[in-house]
Amino acid sequence: MSAEASSLPSPQGRGTQGGRAMTPILSVRDLVVTFAIREGVVTAVNGVSFDVHRGEVLGLVGESGSGKSVTGLAILGLVDAPGRIEAGSIRLEGEELIGKPERELRRLRGKRLAMIFQDPMTTLNPVLRIDTQMIEAIRAHENVSEKAARDRARQALLKVGIPSPEERLTAYPHQFSGGMRQRVAIATALLHRPAVLVADEPTTALDVTIQAQILAEVQELAAESGTAMVWITHDLSVIAGLADRIAVMYAGRIVETGAVADVLERPIHPYTAGLIGSVPSRNKRGVPLAQIPGMTPSLAKVPPACPFNPRCPRASVTCRTIMPEPTPYDGARMARCHHPLIEQAPAAA
Amino acid sequence: MAMPDPIIALENVSKRFVKPLDAAEKIANLFGAGLSEQVVRAVDNVTLTIAEGEVVGLVGESGCGKSTLGRIVAGILEPSAGTVRFRGRALAELSGKERRAADLAIQMVFQDPMASLNPRRRVVEIIGEAPVVHGLVRPAEMDAYVCEIMARVGLDPATRRRYPHQFSGGQRARIGIARALAVKPKVLVCDESTAALDVSIQAQVLNLFMTLRQEFGLTYLFVSHDLGVVEHISDRVAVMYLGRIVELSPADEIFRAPNHPYTEALLAEVPRLEPRKKRFSALKGEIPSPLHPPSGCHFHPRCPFAFDRCKVDRPALKKIAPGRFSACHLNDGPEPRPGKAFSDGEAVAA
Ligand SMILES: Nc1ncnc2c1ncn2[C@@H]1O[C@H](COP(=O)(O)OP(=O)(O)OP(=O)(O)O)[C@@H](O)[C@H]1O
Ligand SMILES: Nc1ncnc2c1ncn2[C@@H]1O[C@H](COP(=O)(O)OP(=O)(O)O)[C@@H](O)[C@H]1O
Ligand code: SF4
Ligand code: SF4
Ligand SMILES: [Mg+2]
Ligand SMILES: [Mg+2]
Repeated sequence: MSAEASSLPSPQGRGTQGGRAMTPILSVRDLVVTFAIREGVVTAVNGVSFDVHRGEVLGLVGESGSGKSVTGLAILGLVDAPGRIEAGSIRLEGEELIGKPERELRRLRGKRLAMIFQDPMTTLNPVLRIDTQMIEAIRAHENVSEKAARDRARQALLKVGIPSPEERLTAYPHQFSGGMRQRVAIATALLHRPAVLVADEPTTALDVTIQAQILAEVQELAAESGTAMVWITHDLSVIAGLADRIAVMYAGRIVETGAVADVLERPIHPYTAGLIGSVPSRNKRGVPLAQIPGMTPSLAKVPPACPFNPRCPRASVTCRTIMPEPTPYDGARMARCHHPLIEQAPAAA
Repeated sequence: MAMPDPIIALENVSKRFVKPLDAAEKIANLFGAGLSEQVVRAVDNVTLTIAEGEVVGLVGESGCGKSTLGRIVAGILEPSAGTVRFRGRALAELSGKERRAADLAIQMVFQDPMASLNPRRRVVEIIGEAPVVHGLVRPAEMDAYVCEIMARVGLDPATRRRYPHQFSGGQRARIGIARALAVKPKVLVCDESTAALDVSIQAQVLNLFMTLRQEFGLTYLFVSHDLGVVEHISDRVAVMYLGRIVELSPADEIFRAPNHPYTEALLAEVPRLEPRKKRFSALKGEIPSPLHPPSGCHFHPRCPFAFDRCKVDRPALKKIAPGRFSACHLNDGPEPRPGKAFSDGEAVAA
């Protein structure tokens, strides 16, 4: 499909030192994931490209069904039938993951690649005690004594804010609150200081107070271990406080990327602007929220050319006939739009 | 400021649930653990009035009793103690026709429209049934009536013969709202009505609530754990903690200058679009189990200002300024509480 990555400057920010770009820890290029369903073959992820650097948090946002979770699962090699990675490349510290045998992927998962989910029970085993699970997770990848592993597990629980971890270790997951369970899942995911952590809405189901605690802990841990994070959420305000860069997905494509402050303050893509306008906030109290009319298209019926055109206030004939290509903007930004909200920088060839 | 007569008045309302033993506890009892059934005070002595046409937001952490209080207001749950009044008349004392009229006048809109919509019934029946049953419209007029209501909430009337699963999440939310509106209610109790929706769809539904308020002169009790949503839509906000209302104030004032330490902590945790790369500082610990609420002020184990009295005395919800109420012993001191209101210079002038 598109060669979006090769035409773009490499992202700045944490990834550069003295202007020289470092190799990203995670590099996704032109990723295409399809699902064979009753209606035919649908493309859930359609040419997605991004880089994440050491210690960096990339916020992946978009509406339900835009392809965020599928992108996350693809990174971990967890796309199962009827899903299929059709094309593209996913490199972990330069090493290609697509096409790796399942056995090797399993070795990477839980060690260099980790994922946390909205429902922590996706990764926790309900019938095993916490200590059994964590010790197993440590010893699966490292040759250490049971006692040493237990110590590590206790340290890890302490770090994610679980009080009296020694007692907690002997409990079962159902004896914990939702927030505690999510903490255990995070502690387990971070046991081996993974190079990459994919977090799929891990705080969405939690109270703001618990969410804030967990975000604080994750932020600290990632900074400490240099883990690169892909944080998936539909909540722009979470991204505003947590991420360094943001990638906005719509109908399987990234439609805009850039530094968080740039994107939220001066969105280029009308869809990004619409999302920002939809968030209730201080200065919009009592006035109607800007709404994006209509709803996310079903994958079986993605509108032609720019998929956002039926909902877009700026749509023109061009938008309905020609697919907008990824275009670079100042400040290592990218957007795909024929009628962007800010002036385009002179094309740097 | 003369307040209009309240349309809803709760007087010392409490709700207790008896929590039966779960399987694990029953097994433990076989081994002589001697556990007995426990009592949860989901709502603990709540007094609250809602004026005609007002939007009152009800916020708090999960399990604090918001939904229970909402259900009591909607007449779905009977309180264990206290009185619920609709236009001055105690619900419990109404019978027959009068009670039915009050029940219709107060409608509930649920969080998960899928769970509350019968999957085997067509939308036209889901929306049209109650008004026909209650004689608000004649059977022959039902179809036209449903079309009118659907158009009002932004649903295409041509889709009225479809089943709920054939709609998107946002559309199902609208079906739930249409069903409630169909019986011409005066009060809507919305329990996490936008929680399952994407922000863009949530914005559409919030705008719809605001339009309907104007059009039908509705009163809302808006239950949500999302403070951003509550701030956006409410005139007044009630903050609940472990079954009790700890602060009740006009929305703009409570968000600008919270009085209760719990309100202040809760507001500090709300992620906002504006501040970037904020260090999430945290209110320590989790909400305690409602089975064993702390003594005195329920908030004292997590409160940075707690002092001796807080462990023994339950603070009453007291007036602290015109239209503002808070349940904190610090307000009894000679000095006003050194809360956010008084520390961040520009916030409060007086
Ligand atoms: N196992 C599957 N079979 C068929 N289609 C699937 C499957 N998993 C995902 N899809 C489709 O792929 C698209 C992208 O799904 P994905 O789960 O990535 O969305 P998302 O952006 O994470 O949404 P949400 O915010 O709701 O989690 C959707 O249209 C979804 O229906
Ligand atoms: N039907 C019930 N039986 C027993 N306990 C209940 C029942 N409904 C609610 N509770 C308990 O009452 C408390 C308040 O619950 P709820 O009103 O649902 O809280 P919220 O809506 O604020 O999350 C919780 O501890 C909950 O477990
Ligand atoms: S390309 Fe056209 S339709 Fe698409 S977002 Fe831009 S202006 Fe809107
Ligand atoms: S009464 Fe005491 S413990 Fe409760 S909020 Fe006030 S200061 Fe804190
Ligand atoms: Mg998802
Ligand atoms: Mg609830």
